This record gives sequence, C-alpha cells and structure tokens, in this order.
Amino acid sequence: MTDVQVPLTSRKDWQSDQEVRWCPGCGDYSILTAVQLLMPELGVNRENTVFVSGIGCAARFPYYMNTYGMHSIHGRAPAIATGLAVARPDLDVWVVGGDGDLLSIGGNHLIHALRRNVNLTILMFNNQIYGLTKGQFSPTSALGKVTKSSPMGSLDAPFNPLAVALGAGATFVARTHDMDRPHMQEMMRRAHDHKGAAFVEIFQNCNVFNDGQFETLTTRANRDDMLIPLENGKPVRFGKEKEKGVIISSDGAAHIVNVADVGEDAILIHDEARPEPGLAFMLAHLASSVNEPTPVGVFRAVQTIEYADANAKQLAAAQERSGAGDLSALLHSLPTWEV
Amino acid sequence: MTDVQARPGTSGNAEQVDHVVIRFAGDSGDGMQLTGERFTTASAVFGNDLATLPDFPAEIRAPTGTIFGVSAFQVQIADHDITNPGDAPSVLVCMNPAALASELDRLEPGGTIIVNSDEFDERNLTKAGYTENPLENDSLAGYKVILVAMTSLTKEAVKESGVKSRDAERSKNLFALGLVSWMYTRPLDTTLTWIKEKFGKNEMVMNANIMAFKAGHAYGETAELAGNRYSIKPAPQKPGVYTSINGNTALAWGLVAAGQLAKLPVFLGSYPITPASDILHELAKHKSFGIRTLQAEDEIAGIGAALGAAFGGHLAVTATSGPGVALKSETMSLAISLELPMVIVDIQRGGPSTGLPTKTEAADLMMAMYGRHGEAPLPIVASYSPSQCFDAAIEACRIALKYRTPVILLSDGYLANGSEPWLIPDPSTLPDISTTFATEPNHVNETTGEPEHWPYVRDPETLARSWALPGTPGLMHRIGGIEKEDGSGNISYTPENHSHMVDTRAAKVAGIAKDIPEVAVTGDVADADLLVLGWGSTWGAIVTAVDRRRAKGRKVAQAHLTHLNPFPANLGEVLKRYPKVLVPEMNTGHLAKLVRAEFLVDARTVSKVRGVPFTAAEIEVAIEAELERKL
Repeated sequence: MTDVQVPLTSRKDWQSDQEVRWCPGCGDYSILTAVQLLMPELGVNRENTVFVSGIGCAARFPYYMNTYGMHSIHGRAPAIATGLAVARPDLDVWVVGGDGDLLSIGGNHLIHALRRNVNLTILMFNNQIYGLTKGQFSPTSALGKVTKSSPMGSLDAPFNPLAVALGAGATFVARTHDMDRPHMQEMMRRAHDHKGAAFVEIFQNCNVFNDGQFETLTTRANRDDMLIPLENGKPVRFGKEKEKGVIISSDGAAHIVNVADVGEDAILIHDEARPEPGLAFMLAHLASSVNEPTPVGVFRAVQTIEYADANAKQLAAAQERSGAGDLSALLHSLPTWEV
Repeated sequence: MTDVQARPGTSGNAEQVDHVVIRFAGDSGDGMQLTGERFTTASAVFGNDLATLPDFPAEIRAPTGTIFGVSAFQVQIADHDITNPGDAPSVLVCMNPAALASELDRLEPGGTIIVNSDEFDERNLTKAGYTENPLENDSLAGYKVILVAMTSLTKEAVKESGVKSRDAERSKNLFALGLVSWMYTRPLDTTLTWIKEKFGKNEMVMNANIMAFKAGHAYGETAELAGNRYSIKPAPQKPGVYTSINGNTALAWGLVAAGQLAKLPVFLGSYPITPASDILHELAKHKSFGIRTLQAEDEIAGIGAALGAAFGGHLAVTATSGPGVALKSETMSLAISLELPMVIVDIQRGGPSTGLPTKTEAADLMMAMYGRHGEAPLPIVASYSPSQCFDAAIEACRIALKYRTPVILLSDGYLANGSEPWLIPDPSTLPDISTTFATEPNHVNETTGEPEHWPYVRDPETLARSWALPGTPGLMHRIGGIEKEDGSGNISYTPENHSHMVDTRAAKVAGIAKDIPEVAVTGDVADADLLVLGWGSTWGAIVTAVDRRRAKGRKVAQAHLTHLNPFPANLGEVLKRYPKVLVPEMNTGHLAKLVRAEFLVDARTVSKVRGVPFTAAEIEVAIEAELERKL
C-alpha cells in the first residue's frame, strides 16, 4: 500500500467511541495511549488496520481502536489473525493478548504463527498473572508465586516468553515495558515495520492482582541499574554511568561485569540481525527473575520468507502456469465418456 | 468345489448379465484399492452404471498376511440405474488366505471365488488362522472356485521388462485386474492409457505393469476359463458427458465451484484427518482458482484461520471428521455470534474417539445439531450420494453467505471414498450465490453526527447482518464474542438484548426453511402404509429396498432429507400423512429423535453401526417388520 496517499490523522482518529473499561491505574491504559499516539506516525490507513485479540483484560484492546477489529475467543487470536493475514496481505494485522491468552491456552497457535512467519504484529502484555479471572498464577508467574489457586506457592516453572518466541523461530523479538512510552513506541514501530511475525513482550502492571510486579525494573529510580538497553551494533552496557556491561565468557554463557574490570573491548556488541538465534537466546535468559538486570529492546530482527507473500507467489505461479482456473475444464479433468 | 470345464468353441462368447457385484480383497500392500478403482473407471467409461464401496484398514501397512490387514474394494456394475454397491458380491477376488478368511462370509451362495493360489502356503494359512488349506478340503463346496497362480504367472510374464523380482511381484494386482477385465469383457484401452500416464516416467515399471495386465487378460482367454465370461451392456443414461467421481472429490469441486459462483476466493483452513484429508489435498491442487489452503497446527487453528479469512471476505471452509468437529465447537459458536459465513465439512466416521477412522458411520448429527455451548443453532446440509456432494457443497456455501452463518455440511466415509458416474453439469446452469458487502455507512453517530457502520443492522427478510470488509474506508467496526447490541454491535449485557439476540439468531436459521425446497415424497405417495425417511448416505440402499418391496406389492413411500436444520417446511405434514415412519440411520437413531421431538410422530429407528453401509436387503427386512408391527 506504499503508493496510496495516507491522510494525516491524529490520536483522536484512532480512538473508538467506546468507553475504556480497564481498572483505574491499569498498565493497559499506557499501552493503549502509546499505540493510539503511534498509529498516525506509521503511515497507515485506519481501514487497512485490524486488531485481533483473544480473551483476557488485554484482549479488550480492539474495542478501543477506531479500526477494524475482532475480539475472539481464548487463545485463538494468532490462528484467526493468521487466516486474515494470509487471505488479505493488504491489511496491517495486529494481535493483542496477555501472557495467559498467548502462552497458556494459545501457546500452540503463538509458536506456529511465529515459525510460519506470517506478517503479524503481536503485542503480548505480560503481567505475570490472570487478571480477568481474578488472580490465579499465569504461565509466566514465578515459581512459588502465592495466588488464589496456589495458596502454598505455584509449582509451575514459568515460561520465558522471549525464549519461547526465539525457540519457535521468531524473526522479530523485542521487549519493552508500560512505564516508558517512547521505548514502547519504538519497539511497536520496529515490530510493525518488520515483514513477518513480530513478537513484542510488554511488561505490564496489574495494579489489582499483581501490583508492582515490575517495579524492581521499571521505576525511574531503578531503570538505569536494572534495565539493559539493547541497541544494534553497540556494546551492551547499562548503569547510570554505563559502568556495567555484558560479556560472553569462555564457557559460552552471558555474564554481567564491570566494564572497568574487563575493558571496553570485551563487552558484547549487540547484533540483532545474526542469522542464528543463539546470542538472542542467551540475552533472553540473562535475567531469571525481576530481581536481576533485564535486557529490553530488539533481541532479534532478521528478514526471511514471509508466509502470506510466499503463498501469494504460489498462487501467481499456478495461474502463470495454467491460466486462471477454468471450472468446466476442472470438471472434465478425470476420464470422461459421452452418452 | 466345482471344476471349471472348458466349453470348446465358446471362447470369446460372453453371457449377457444385467449386473454384477465384484469384491477385490487382498493384503493392504496388494493394491486392491487401485485395482478396484481401475476396474471401476474402465466400467464407467464403457457406460455402465456403478457404485463402489472401498473398505480398508486404518493401518497404512498392517503386518502382511493378517486378517486385520485385509483391504477390500466392492463395486457393482449394471446395465441399468443403480444406487448402491450391492448387497452380497457374486465374485470375490482373493489375493491371499487372509482375504478369503475375512471376506468369504459376504459372498452370495454359489458365488465365484478367484484365488491367487500361490499365496496359500503354510505360513500365510497360519497367519489367516487356517489349520488346513481351504483349497484342499471341501470347505468351499457350494462356490465356484477358480485357482490361478497369480504370483508366479505375473513374475513369468514380466520377466522381459527387466524389473527386479520384488517389483515383478507387485504387478500381480494388474494381472488380477487383467483377468477380471477379461471375465467381464472390459475394454483394455482405458486401463492401458492409465498405466502409461501413471508410470510413464519409469519405463521399466510401466512395461512390467502392461505385461502383467495383458498376461492376466490372456490367461482368461487361453486357460480354459470360457464359460466364465460375461458382458454387461451400457446403462441407458441421459445424454451428456460423464465422469466417475468419489464424494470427497465432488465435494472439493463443489467448493471450487462455489468460489466461482460467489465470485469470492476460497480459503480452506484444515488439519489432516481421515477420511477428510483428500479435500485438503484436492483443493491444494487448485491454486490457479485463487484458492488458499492452510494446513494448520491443529483443528482449532484450522477453523480459526478460516474464520479470520471469512472476516476478510473470503469464502471460508474447514474440513474435518467427528473428532475435529468436537475441537472446532468453540470457534463455531464464535462464528455464530459474529454472524460470519463459513462451511464446516464433517466427513463422518465411526466413533466415539478415534473409533473406526476408515469406516463409515453417521453418528455426528446430534453433535452438528446441538454440540455447542449456549444457544447456538446453525444450518445443516447433508449429501446423499458421492456425486451429490458437489451440489451439497454449493448449497452449504449459498446458505452460509446469504445468511452470514456457519453451516455444517455432513458427508461420511462411505460417500467420501465411494464412486459413481456423474453427468458433468454445465457451469452456466449452476446457481448464482454471490453476496453483497456494505460499501456505505448505514448509521449516523448520535454523539458526533458522523456517518458510521453498524455491523448488526439486518436485512428484514433474511435477518442477515450487514457485512463490511476490512479495507473499506469509513466502515471500521469491531465485532466480538461478547453479547452485543443488535444494530450497533456494541457490547451489551442487558437482559432484554440478550434474549432478543438469542431469538434473532434462532429465527434467522429457522427462516431458511422458506428458502429451501420442500421434501419430495416418492413411491406410493397417496396410499403408503409406511414412509421410509432417510438422510445422508443411506439413500442408495433405501431407494433399492423401497423399489423391491413395492415390486412385491407393498405400499411404501420414501422421503430423503438434504437439509437437517432447518427441516423443510412441509416435513411435519409429510410425516403425519402416513401411519408409520421408519428411519434407517447409521447411528442409534438421531434423526428419529429429532423428528419425534419436533413433530410428535412415532418414528421408528432401524440402526446400523458396523462401520459399513446398509445393504438394501437389511432395509427390506426392517420395512417388512415395521409393516407387520401391530399398531
């Protein structure tokens, strides 16, 4: 749609007339604002934009966007969006869901959408809890998490969402959080512009059932020391004075070090376009909890064959070879006889 | 055992018969399905009427020589109109002892058995459970047995082709085909052309197959089998061009046609499952029609992708069998709530659970009718013969598009794999099933005064909602599975609205009764003592059974349903017209329960759940019993 004139729009044009019904103070508001403010900058039409969601708090998202949208059923948004994106490659299809929706009941659809590399922009709001069902542990809740359904602590080892995405062969993987609008928007913009399946994990605060879960990382006071910004082609460094960094040690593991101890040259240079996902996978596993410095940014962005595009090419090749389908010829394609 | 005597001077003379039922049986690896299909095609091209019943195990290659590894193919060919593959075969081709052990019960008394005697060694006899060789005792007395050393004769015949011994042996099914082709005076060219096309890339194998086929044919001529040769004249048929087609191919072609007739691209989201996978295979071949097929990660994703494509304006289809329908249930309910068109194809098989994957049954009717959460009615269309699957697919798509609703299309394993001749329709005679999309706003926003699109504004006649496609400027809207206000489509939890929406969705489906043909009654319409009501693949056996009973002077009428929800508008009146109603079903009585509940008629079930279709004789027995029953 690059040659189509896109009229200038403002945030208001992307807001639907529906009253937003998240709990006051929910992190979802800041994500919605970030998206509505970003859309006018993406050079896309509202009518060519579709938000598809499953079930959960996050899944109410499409109702609030003045675009086409479908609020579907629990877990199935990636499958439904896959059909839409394959049928209509002219559309910009976004998937919005929570950690339960996309990693638990919909985990299978998520990994298959990622490995197929369908042109979808997938925003996963990770609050590490089930919100809409009122506070059970989710597939990203920490081991031992005490909730209504785990009064003595959860026995489930959590998923690492980025590692799951990378393991599924995702071509674009990023992480951001709901307290930093510019960073969120930058990750969303990159994800949107990526041709293929793009997965963005957004740390999102559920102020009712898991309040402050990401405070160790995301408050202004903690960010410098606890968030490790990944920037392509640059050394992976963090801290107020950028005094800390990440190295790959001789045992092949990533470690956090003082830059002064190892020298600037030893610090890992981030390369999001590496064809093999090993480095991104290691960075995804750098932090095992919210109490450890955690990388944010684009972990991986590689270009490869996009599914809908490849599908359209097969259709075009078939038509090239045998012309547009001829029904009469098809009906006579098995042995026939005349009476 | 009857010795086959040559009758000098009669070689080449064939006795005229009006029909024959042949059953080819062998090991799964013996190529019996292919043999049956080739015999069928040659007979079809010759001009006979025919119907087939493939009957094979679920295992791809069951242990060689075992009873559960037996694969069979039954075909009836006739010089007149027939509707089913016949009750008992009159000829049984047995490629090994297991085939004889497994299939002999089906053969009619005095029938002919053609046996590959090479395979009746001790090892194979033991595997088949024989303690002594049935060819050497009198256990086959009462049948006409023709012993042919097929394996060694084939090996000898194909020697010159140069193929390896194993490949040579594998051609023995074509030897059998050649022999049976001679016995039933089938023209050779149809099969020879097929062999050349199929094996053209490997000349050695092609030659071996041609040699085996011709050797089988020559064997009939030279081995003093005269007196065993029959001819069956072509059946009188309506003029036109015919092809032999099975149900799954016809159904897939019906979907291709529906896309053309609706002027919409077809999208199939599907997960492989027996016996529905051939629909995926067939549609995947027809990309030149703009058809997209997505082999999904599971059944749920198959229908999910189809629903996404439907939202995007494609003619959306998912094809599966019973276990898949169960998994798709939640998404069907969503499609009912979203009021988006879609066709869910259910090729029924024996259940529950994995059940009998390769065997037929029709026990998904209740699931199709009621197997969803909430009040979730949807239209149901059922095909009744292999070729009619073509029309049924178009009809299911027509209803889906016109009423913006998911539609279940029921077929079964018997229709899916069974074949019959089909008078190829002229595409210009097929119905226009195109639909319209919203292009303009249909409402003005009360607050802003801006024009907008309300997705649940309905056509007063059909109750179908307005359908605007993504990409249409100014008509942006959101739909979802939460109950929505009629008209605006905005979330609404009010009691009045929910009640209204439940009623409206039901009324929309019920209203389709005005848009489908009334059910036709045949036979003794005016004065029948009994009405036989059927649906689905029982049609062929019912037609034959009713004809035979009427020929014996019984007063019987027949009606067959192609629409199971809603029922045709006149069904209640038709059922009440006759003193007795008999419903043969490949389940334990689903339709009978439905018509009892709906119309308060004392419909009686005749049930068969043995993985194989009814024979006409079984239905005749049931008709007699019901006629005798004191009221």
